[in-house]
Amino acid sequence: MIETRDLTKHYGSLVAVDRLSFQVEPGEVLGFLGPNGAGKSTTMRMIAGFVAPTSGSIIVGEHDLSVDPLAAKRIIGYLPEGAPSYGDMTPGDFLNFIADVRDLKGTYRQQRLDDVIDRLHLEKVLTQRIETLSKGFKRRVGLAQAILHDPAVLILDEPTDGLDPNQKHEVRALIDTMSADKTIIISTHILEEVDAVCDRALIIANGHLIVDETPEQLLQHSRSNNAVTLKLGNEQQCSAAAATLEAMIDVDHVDINSNTSEVTAYAKDGAFILQNIAVAAHERNWELLDLNQASGRLDEVFRDVTRSGDTP
Amino acid sequence: MNIAMAIARREFRGYFGTPLAYVFIVIYLALTGWFTFYLGGLYERNQADLLPFFNYQPWLFLILIPAISMRLWAEERKSGSIELLMTLPISLWQAVAGKFIAAWLFTTIAICLTFPLWITVNYLGNPDNGAILTGYIGCILLAGAFLAIGSCISAANRNQVVAFIITIVVCFIFLLSGFPMVLDFFSGWAPRSIVEAVAGLSFLSHFTSISKGVVDLRDVVYFLLIIAGWLQANTLILDMKKDS
Repeated sequence: MIETRDLTKHYGSLVAVDRLSFQVEPGEVLGFLGPNGAGKSTTMRMIAGFVAPTSGSIIVGEHDLSVDPLAAKRIIGYLPEGAPSYGDMTPGDFLNFIADVRDLKGTYRQQRLDDVIDRLHLEKVLTQRIETLSKGFKRRVGLAQAILHDPAVLILDEPTDGLDPNQKHEVRALIDTMSADKTIIISTHILEEVDAVCDRALIIANGHLIVDETPEQLLQHSRSNNAVTLKLGNEQQCSAAAATLEAMIDVDHVDINSNTSEVTAYAKDGAFILQNIAVAAHERNWELLDLNQASGRLDEVFRDVTRSGDTP
Repeated sequence: MNIAMAIARREFRGYFGTPLAYVFIVIYLALTGWFTFYLGGLYERNQADLLPFFNYQPWLFLILIPAISMRLWAEERKSGSIELLMTLPISLWQAVAGKFIAAWLFTTIAICLTFPLWITVNYLGNPDNGAILTGYIGCILLAGAFLAIGSCISAANRNQVVAFIITIVVCFIFLLSGFPMVLDFFSGWAPRSIVEAVAGLSFLSHFTSISKGVVDLRDVVYFLLIIAGWLQANTLILDMKKDS
């Protein structure tokens, strides 16, 4: 469990994080979204115990970070932004060093080492110096380090940055398998990731919490949620159809793309308009080549809320 | 203590993972030989002792030890690995002690590699081997004091060159604090007791008495206290500046 209360961080006159309060339960994967410089990394650094908050409190598990930081750090696995490690070491030596510091012993230690090396496919590079590895492997070494002690709380700052699509998929699958009993926070720029792995998304901008919702709820704020696009036989039909659609109660506005003979009707407040459009198309005998209903787009929501800085 | 040793082991292997260790040892030994034979005149003195060797060690350390210590924390900061280290379940003291132990052990090994000089004087005559042993202990303690100062200054500076230069200056002041060039700075305005306290801080006077074979427990305790004090300052600076 992670709980922050009125978490605030000032750097001189700059307010990096401003009275941020949220809670994450075991079994939950929280996605941290926001533009660059929004305060995502600063917040994660505070929870991991690297940056001391200016004010506010953080509780990890049962431990208040300001009272017993070592106990909290024992149950946290943390992947810092950019996955820093010791470049002159090999992944094998590096993981052994982490196991020493984490005080893992005996067969359990070997079992954990084997497990993370296997899960992150590090066998081939175990004896190669970390500074000579590709960005993807460096990231995986950082991830291996974070999950080595099977922590109850995982904080991953951009875990899939620099990975190719296959590796991204594997890391998401890895997060998925661990999410059953762990408390996980990830930050990301990749919005599809939120949909793929997160149970909840926090959007922060300028250090403020703007949105705290499930990805499904987020999608409903999207302008294109439940928008319907029709592809018609010719251009005359397009303008006729547009006029008809414009007149419908739940339609907010209509776009025509004359190049492709497509008409898109945007729904008011995400109302369900497909049914009425289908009926209208049937009654008026439109020559329908294609008809589809859009689900919301996260990038749209992201842009809308982080630009205005207000709740949608 | 296990955790501090784990950090020390990692650090120590790090020295030998880069050319740093080999370059340092070769240059240290070459300069030591040069100082001892040419400037110190080991042969010309016709005395079977290692005073020409010990007399120049503080000056050699003044340049070479800051080169070891400057990277201790500055490099962790530069590579970002300090964020990893500071989020592991270790106390600041364990991290500081681990790094210091590794650096101290490394310089101790370099100092011990001057043993051919000891063999030489034993071949040529009958030196007081007890005095030579205490001389070596003095060298190791002095190197430890320089390293502790350097480690603390490295923690305060992201830039290694800046850390290097400031460390040389601070070590120089401590080395010579019993001598007129430092004391004159204080004697004009400070009360007599402070001037005497500053004079008592001189590394050189404590080192010289040990290297002549006079082991006064006070000299040893003095160096150990200096080391502990600077390492304590090191943890405080880290606590304040670890995230900047």
